[in-house]
Amino acid sequence: MVRASTLAEVVEAVRAYPRLRPRGGGTKPALSAPREGEVELALGLSGILEYEPEEFVFTAWAGTPVAEVEEALRAHGQYLPFHPPLKAQGATLGGTVAAGLSGPLRHRFGGVRDFLLGVRFVDGEGRVVRGGGKVVKNAAGFPFHRLMVGSLGAFGVMVELSFKVFPYPRATRTLRAEMPGLHEALSALERLRLLPLDLLALDLIPPATLEARLGGFPGSVAARLEGLKRLLAQEGAQRTEVLKEDEAHWEGVRDLRFLEESPIWVKVPAGPLSIPRLEALPLGPRRYLDGGEVLYAGTGPEGLEALRRAGFPHLVLRGAEDPLYPPPPEAFFAKLKRALDPTGRFPLG
Amino acid sequence: MGFLEELKALLPGRVLTQEAALAPYESDALTAYRRRPLAVVLPERKEEVVQVVRLCHRHGVPFVARGSGTSLSGGSLPVEGGIVLALNRMNRILRLDPTARIAVVEPGVVNLEVSRQAAPFGLYYAPDPSSQPVSTIGGNVAFNSGGAHCLKYGMTANHVLGLEVVTPEGEVVRLGGESLEGVGPDFHGFFVGTEGLLGVAVEITLRLLPKPEAYHTLLAAYDSLEKAGDAVSLVIRRGLLPGALEIMDRLAIEAAEKAVRAGYPQAEALLIVELEGPKEEVAEEARVLEEVIRESGAYAVRVAQSEAERQAIWKGRKAAFSAVGRLSPDYLVQDGVVPRSRLGEALREIQRLSQAFGLRVANVFHAGDGNLHPLVLYDGKKPGELERAEALAGEILRLCVRLGGSLTGEHGIGVEKKAYMPEMFAQEDLFAMERVKAALDPKGLANRGKVLPEVVHG
Repeated sequence: MVRASTLAEVVEAVRAYPRLRPRGGGTKPALSAPREGEVELALGLSGILEYEPEEFVFTAWAGTPVAEVEEALRAHGQYLPFHPPLKAQGATLGGTVAAGLSGPLRHRFGGVRDFLLGVRFVDGEGRVVRGGGKVVKNAAGFPFHRLMVGSLGAFGVMVELSFKVFPYPRATRTLRAEMPGLHEALSALERLRLLPLDLLALDLIPPATLEARLGGFPGSVAARLEGLKRLLAQEGAQRTEVLKEDEAHWEGVRDLRFLEESPIWVKVPAGPLSIPRLEALPLGPRRYLDGGEVLYAGTGPEGLEALRRAGFPHLVLRGAEDPLYPPPPEAFFAKLKRALDPTGRFPLG
Repeated sequence: MGFLEELKALLPGRVLTQEAALAPYESDALTAYRRRPLAVVLPERKEEVVQVVRLCHRHGVPFVARGSGTSLSGGSLPVEGGIVLALNRMNRILRLDPTARIAVVEPGVVNLEVSRQAAPFGLYYAPDPSSQPVSTIGGNVAFNSGGAHCLKYGMTANHVLGLEVVTPEGEVVRLGGESLEGVGPDFHGFFVGTEGLLGVAVEITLRLLPKPEAYHTLLAAYDSLEKAGDAVSLVIRRGLLPGALEIMDRLAIEAAEKAVRAGYPQAEALLIVELEGPKEEVAEEARVLEEVIRESGAYAVRVAQSEAERQAIWKGRKAAFSAVGRLSPDYLVQDGVVPRSRLGEALREIQRLSQAFGLRVANVFHAGDGNLHPLVLYDGKKPGELERAEALAGEILRLCVRLGGSLTGEHGIGVEKKAYMPEMFAQEDLFAMERVKAALDPKGLANRGKVLPEVVHG
């Protein structure tokens, strides 16, 4: 294991070791645990470098824990709207980007790919490269920052990241609705997805529970909550309930606590049309976030095998050696890998 | 058989080589640059694009893909001796799936058409460059086009979920998918904004959003540009997140009034703020906004009471670029970005540069994003005036980078700004872009001569 706490140390480590596996908070062990022949690069680069609340932008070292960032943002009434998962366990900004993960609140404004503005990274030859910028709108040059999202560290070691942030809603409320069955839950989900409700989160907990979170001015949230209740009653909800521990509840969801008992944690891109097929697979505890767009599931080896057999792309966060299925498209991946990591120093490929 | 004969055999009757037929393709909306291509081809299906690109690769002929040619940075300028792939005939919406909230489109589909087709389902396509009635999705993808709503909704890259791309070597590859979430590297996100240097997108999957329930559109008049700029900061400091925040200066207002008679008040600066969302939320936000605008010293305020009034407010703004043509025989549009808090400083400096260079500059900008659009007015018939305008525009770009911003917010680098890339990026950054380009396009055929500066190694 080699530890790097400065940019110079990252460059030095990259030049010194032929095969490296970067590790931030270690909350996604399937991605960060070193394989045979690899040296673990523990990233200690941490701290916020620039934060102008009025700009809705901050820049921080990639190893900065999400929790530290959120604390600084909260002091100014702001947050990371893509709601990076595993915050309480110590997830870092870099790990979140490399894994390409977003939490339930992504439903309102988008995921990590929508909020990352710029990156500085050390490529496979030890060169420091910057992509993107520090302003909310920018179309100059090749967007290396977006290449980092979900890259599993394949193209370089991220050292610095810039993000867009937003004002946190003044008030929030959460409604839970019990639907008669999966069929009704899916039809309600489809209806809600088409309406301009501006929900912060919209989750399906199989077989038949929907949870929707609202945010905004207190008066408006109260009125919209009543509207939502009526809407769900029309869709056949047997029972609706306003959750008391609104904030704590969603912190638990973003930390994937519902997966705690499962040996394997997996993220699966979904969508309302694929949910019935996913529901037929032998998966354990699970939850569809963002109006059904993404599934986080706990499972065993048989569930993973079933996902693969059914052709569902997925990413394993913990509990398996081979995290990504399918491998990235060769025509694009191999060439980019050759350009940025020609000796195959970093994971993947 | 030579290259042209093979090309003609591939697309019989759809290869233009006559002088008169080529002339309209010699430039894009940045007419200061012109190049005569060898030929223009008009593919109608993606298989034809693949075949043409493979043929180009075999013969080493450079190609430039283009849609409606609305690029303001010379991004779709032809290469001499190369061909133009005009994709306007590939304009089908292949699938519009309201349940999945996606549209799968060909590159020649016009931006606004997507929203038109999605409207019956209560959905729309959010990125709205001012060129949206004309510009194509393929071009929007190449340049990562923006518009007035980027602060809240992001740019084109954020709305592209998947791509089918023909690489410069003629391989066909699918990047991304149909879900808002993916696994593995975000190649489709990376491809957007690479200005056609890494291949041609032949099929694009777009995310659609539910149309906001309510809008609140406000127009405020100020006696100084600075006050309008300060009002933007006030709006943000109060925790509001408007869909759009736009400013026009006196010259731009005059031009817009002459062109479309939007009924704008006389002012040194106009601020347009648009709130959007659920009606209860918009109503509460509107109350806060009213206070903010009162405090900001606006001397006239107008709130749209109907969709027609809202459209009237936007009409002048959206027409501002073309309207400036009425004030001056020629103009250059710049597109730099500065951090929002440095807008005032940037505008003061632009004013100073305008006086120093003896050229008028009209300002229209996406204030919420810090995206400036200084329009440098000049007369191309006067000797030396174009060069002076270009020098002034260059100084503005340097200023944007110096203030911590970017060379371009939405128009792209193209040929116009590539010489300024070293102002924003270090040599290592540019080398990395070159290596990526060389790996995907070893013969350097796809949109040759754009984005990357000629001399990086200096």
